[in-house]
Amino acid sequence: MGSPERIGAKRLVVGAHYGIGDFMIQRVSAVILAIYTVVLFVGILMMPGFTYQAWRGVFTFGIGGFPLGQLLATLAFFSLGWHAYIGVRDIWMDYVKPTGIRLALQVLTVLWLVGSVVYFVVILWGA
Amino acid sequence: MSDRAAKRRPQFRNINVWQLINYRLPLAGQLSILHRISGAMLFLMLPTVILPLFAMSFTSEQGFMALGVVTGMIITKLVLLLLLWGFLHHFCAGIRYLALDLHHGLDKHSAKKSAGVVFGVSLGLTLVFGLKLFGVF
Repeated sequence: MGSPERIGAKRLVVGAHYGIGDFMIQRVSAVILAIYTVVLFVGILMMPGFTYQAWRGVFTFGIGGFPLGQLLATLAFFSLGWHAYIGVRDIWMDYVKPTGIRLALQVLTVLWLVGSVVYFVVILWGA
Repeated sequence: MSDRAAKRRPQFRNINVWQLINYRLPLAGQLSILHRISGAMLFLMLPTVILPLFAMSFTSEQGFMALGVVTGMIITKLVLLLLLWGFLHHFCAGIRYLALDLHHGLDKHSAKKSAGVVFGVSLGLTLVFGLKLFGVF
């Protein structure tokens, strides 16, 4: 057994970009989501009372007219969509072998998530 | 001599659904499969449960008020409890994986210990937020 650093030293890797990009995006988006979770949690704790205005304020706070809260929420949600895409795609790649079914499920996954992101943006920025 | 013992041991090659019932995963393995299951659950609930509830609470004051009625129903509370556990497990297990990716706690002993910590923290937090959800405090 070698040290963890030596894992893969003799592994034959093939393909165009070895999945490193997706691996990194999944982890970077995880960190963004973890940080945003803390932002949300602090925002909820700082609510002066459980009122509608205070609840909206958790997502719509701004600095001098700049919509910082909405921007952070939107960026976090894009991270969520991308993070979930990679995770769910991994599930299909592990368990679904027929190419046609796998492709169909991956397309549905993208539609499901793009729909969710659009839905969220409409809720957040509309009205 | 060890042949007979080896024969009686169940073999798990290309594990199928029925064998899964008898397959005892180590603690970190249980954490791992629950990480996947909770992630899939959050994915499925996103546009079907999470966003509709968020839209209701966010779009109008009437909706925000009506949310109190919806979340007053026991079925909503149970769905929210499941959602809560799913999120907390995925969150805590995810932080453990980020640490493992940075090569912290990779050896067998500390990996098992950190899996135990994740279960303790995520289930503990689920209990605390769950009691809040069911109005105990």
